[in-house]
Amino acid sequence: MALTIKEVEYVAQLARLQLNEDEKQIFAEQLSSILEYVEKLNELPTDGVEPLAHILPVYNVFRADEIRPGTPREEILANAPLVEEGQYKVPKIM
Amino acid sequence: MSKDYEVVIGLEVHAELKTKSKIFCACSTAFGAEPNTQVCPVCSGFPGMLPVLNEKAVDCAIKTGLALNSEIAEFCKFDRKNYFYPDLPKAYQISQYDLPICKGGYLDIDVEGERTRVGITRAHLEEDAGKLVHQGDITTTPFSLVDLNRSGVPLLEIVSEPDMRSAQQARAYMEKLRSILLFADVSDCKMEEGSLRCDANVSVRPWGEQKLGTRTEIKNLNSFRALERAIEYEAKRQMEALEDGEVIVQETRTWDEGKGVTRSMRSKEEAHDYRYFPEPDLPPLRIDRDWVDTVRKSMPEMPVQAGQRLMDQYGLSQYDADLITQSPQNLKFFDETLALYADAKAVSNWMMGDLTRLLNQNGMEIQDAKVKPALLAEMLRLMADGTISGKMAKTVFEEMFVSGLDPQTIIKEKGLVQISDANSLLPLIDEIINNNPKVLQDYKNGKEKAFGFFIGQIMKATKGQANPEMVNNLLKERLNRE
Repeated sequence: MALTIKEVEYVAQLARLQLNEDEKQIFAEQLSSILEYVEKLNELPTDGVEPLAHILPVYNVFRADEIRPGTPREEILANAPLVEEGQYKVPKIM
Repeated sequence: MSKDYEVVIGLEVHAELKTKSKIFCACSTAFGAEPNTQVCPVCSGFPGMLPVLNEKAVDCAIKTGLALNSEIAEFCKFDRKNYFYPDLPKAYQISQYDLPICKGGYLDIDVEGERTRVGITRAHLEEDAGKLVHQGDITTTPFSLVDLNRSGVPLLEIVSEPDMRSAQQARAYMEKLRSILLFADVSDCKMEEGSLRCDANVSVRPWGEQKLGTRTEIKNLNSFRALERAIEYEAKRQMEALEDGEVIVQETRTWDEGKGVTRSMRSKEEAHDYRYFPEPDLPPLRIDRDWVDTVRKSMPEMPVQAGQRLMDQYGLSQYDADLITQSPQNLKFFDETLALYADAKAVSNWMMGDLTRLLNQNGMEIQDAKVKPALLAEMLRLMADGTISGKMAKTVFEEMFVSGLDPQTIIKEKGLVQISDANSLLPLIDEIINNNPKVLQDYKNGKEKAFGFFIGQIMKATKGQANPEMVNNLLKERLNRE
């Protein structure tokens, strides 16, 4: 299954990646080979097999509704590139 | 023009669930804290952190599902909804895609005497995003600030079928849904704080057409009034566009409350491809029927049943019953007042009239009002036995609302007691008639105005405290003897 350049551009846009023409070509080939590899799974008969929701046979893992103190603000913001008024400062979107 | 088109509306409602801690971590959900003081590595999207589901959030979802006549899934799971936005630290929202916790259901609304059943498509659990605060002037500032206190607050998204046909019906649905969530005690439903939010899907189509028209989704509807106005505006806009031969574009629009218009939020960036996939960090849920039965047995009286009780027991109209059951606090106030003063219609009228007006004016909830059921009941009793007139009662009520004093004290302080004693009124009536022989002659000559003059004089002499009905009767009797 070969990916078109257009499909690569679409995926790149969803991932907010800016690719030049050479990169688009490279990724089209690489992604296509990954998809081809995964496509082998289609050779297996999967009729009547429930889609797997989780890899472990584990269900209903809960915590009780109890509050614990969070992380101090200085610590949680320590890695943020820009901080102002105790908040993350980011480029405006709208 | 609107005669030629039918409006079709479906609503997506997000309710923040009333848990103490967040859905996947133990941070507090309390509203109004200083920015980023209720956060941890889980709700801030730090790498390698694992979410663990809050059981109470699941309980709330089951409760809501039962209240909305939904089927509670025996098996459900969480999925990742992927998109980039600064208020979403993981760049995905944990939500439910193909296996939501509640499927199907309905609620009934009554608008202008007509009942409509609105279908519920589904309700699913998800986490709330953080809050973006624009810095300074939104048009010029290059920055936004991010507060993640709200990130990870549990949400239940309740999606309706496109079963509503007017803005009024949409509002009624929203009000009924709010009362159900309040009675079920699963959300505090404060629209002004964002704990109950609503997006409206609106389309129009020519009457008789079976196929749905292209819809737009309106966001930013923060009040019942905004919901109603935005739908009215958007339906009209679409009808006018179709009349002008334009094509409706499927898009997201935002409601501008100030200008009273919806505006397109389209951008080149927008790509509705969320690439949902199962959340590997959360094991699925198996909700056995014992759990559902336990929740069912714990369900309090719902507004539908409470409203029916009011109509059956007290003969109230559907309209009054809906208003009284808009919140459990409202119903409690009604029930408590009625226990002390058994005139349901009078209690309902005062609650829906003066009390609601004063609450709205002061932006208060009924449970915070200084007027308590015992005070209203006492005031109604004083009105019934003629101690105060209806007009005086209004003054007393307003004073009770402000001060919380009991009506007897207010009546004394304001000198509001009604004079309903014939022995003190009769001499006064005699005096006024004797002092105005010319008016008496006018009355005898059939001048209606003369009667009004005497009434006016008596009320003036008693500073408005005379029982008007009694004055009327006494004066008539007295004049007939002339």
